[in-house]
Amino acid sequence: MSVPLLATRKLLVEIGGTTLVRQLDLDLAAGERLAILGRNGSGKSTLLATLAGLRRASGGTVLLAGEDLARMPPRRAALQRAWLGQSQNDPFASTVLETVLTGRHPHLGRWDWESRRDAELARSALRAVGLSGLERRQVGTLSGGERQRLAIATVLTQAPALYLLDEPLSHLDLNHQFAVLELFAGATRDHAAGVVMVLHDPALAYRYCDRALLLFGDGRSESGPVDDILTAATLSGLYGHPLRQFDDDGRRVFVPQ
Amino acid sequence: MPNRRRAILILLLLVLLALASLWTALATGSIRFTAAEVLAALSGNDPPGADVILQLRLPRALAGFACGGLLALAGALMQVLLRNPLADPYILGISSGAGSGALFAMLLGLPALAIDGMAFAGALGTMLLVFGLAHGDGSWTQTRLLLTGVIVAAGGGALVTLMLAIAPEDRLRGMLFWLMGDLSQTVSPWPPLAILAATLILTMPFARQLNLLARGLLQAQALGVAVDRLRHAVYLLAALATAAAVTSAGAIGFVGLVVPHLLRLASGNDHRLLLPAAALAGGSLLLLADTLARTLIAPQQLPVGVLTALIGVPVFLFLLSRQPK
Repeated sequence: MSVPLLATRKLLVEIGGTTLVRQLDLDLAAGERLAILGRNGSGKSTLLATLAGLRRASGGTVLLAGEDLARMPPRRAALQRAWLGQSQNDPFASTVLETVLTGRHPHLGRWDWESRRDAELARSALRAVGLSGLERRQVGTLSGGERQRLAIATVLTQAPALYLLDEPLSHLDLNHQFAVLELFAGATRDHAAGVVMVLHDPALAYRYCDRALLLFGDGRSESGPVDDILTAATLSGLYGHPLRQFDDDGRRVFVPQ
Repeated sequence: MPNRRRAILILLLLVLLALASLWTALATGSIRFTAAEVLAALSGNDPPGADVILQLRLPRALAGFACGGLLALAGALMQVLLRNPLADPYILGISSGAGSGALFAMLLGLPALAIDGMAFAGALGTMLLVFGLAHGDGSWTQTRLLLTGVIVAAGGGALVTLMLAIAPEDRLRGMLFWLMGDLSQTVSPWPPLAILAATLILTMPFARQLNLLARGLLQAQALGVAVDRLRHAVYLLAALATAAAVTSAGAIGFVGLVVPHLLRLASGNDHRLLLPAAALAGGSLLLLADTLARTLIAPQQLPVGVLTALIGVPVFLFLLSRQPK
């Protein structure tokens, strides 16, 4: 078997004296999609930032394509994985196209300027998220949903093997939620990319991911194929609210009681 | 779309502006010279009055250009470091540290070279103090850095006021001129010019990384920037540039705030263009302001800091009022 795209060994994640994740062993192969679910404050974003190497693990290791991420130079890491954060404010003005082009940074040499090919990649990423024609708009004038799609276009422009997405669907309306999920489904199918995403809707996780990782917020976690792990029983325990499960034609929906 | 050709064109225009301001500075004053006389003096011929150009005006003009460039460059760097477009080179207390040192030397009646030395020592001391205190638990957030700097600046300001209060009458005028910024006391233009060149050479290779840093620390790190190392380097270089400028010309205000801000509005936030453009435009602005300062009510000289502030305040208020929300 080939080296997994992303792996953790005995990973320990702590924040402010609280243990969020303990003894986590995870393997993500190329072409796989993993959903992270948990209550607010259970450490989903913190774990994702740790997996991206943006935060030091309190113990254990994160391996990116078999290599210890903590020792990898930042630029090499950026060529292999992209991270989509929860949206931030920009104090400095910037156009949509300039913002998308930042995704090309790790691919450019120190003195390079963005080439015509980089601009084409950026434009096709904007097309993919339905932002064509807004290239010259100032980022500050975009709506919340448009900014989220702009951030998604930026990670697409980065063209990594592994996408780490923190709430990729926030601020998006229904049609764009499905468009974005289809986009990353396409990336795993056609380019054998790996995707880890923090999601809030177990039904979407069931439909669009192969596996799920549940964080209980006290250090415990549970992972496995979505069929086994996204059930009314486990999710009722996870969210602390009773849920009922309905299976229909390969889809699964959960209804709160 | 970022475009190298456009950047080079803008920089060429700014080089022309810098040369024009240099020529203006050399030709105007109590004795006026024609372009031909200035050129003759610069090329080593000896027209009448060559001494005025070469011994008096040229060193002062070069020092003015260097200090303006240093301040604008340091301002641009501080704005990225603090992710705040309203930051300026003095915001972290460098100028009040230098002011305390310089005023202490003046209070003791030390010679010009010692005043420069004490100013530089004060600036470096403040820089290390803020760096050490802000680093504290190793987190080094923007808020913590900004707060530490502002508090240290306030402390330095109090020391300055204290020394002004106890200074004898005959030294007060020199002290006030130093605080307002004044190029007539500059010892030599070469140290600030060399530091300007060094700062530019050291920061330009990281210009595209600074673009990412301005968008946020995690964002930059995720895109492959060694964020901690870059921020430390930017802080040290911006502080050194500020220290060099303040040491040779005193605390000249507004160049470091207005010039980078104006360029950001006019030509965008790409630091590959912004950094060299700030050096050129800042240098030119200060050079022109200094030429005005020594000719407006000649033979008396105004402190150049007054003119930059008088030009800077309305320009800045105008920019602020039209900044899109």
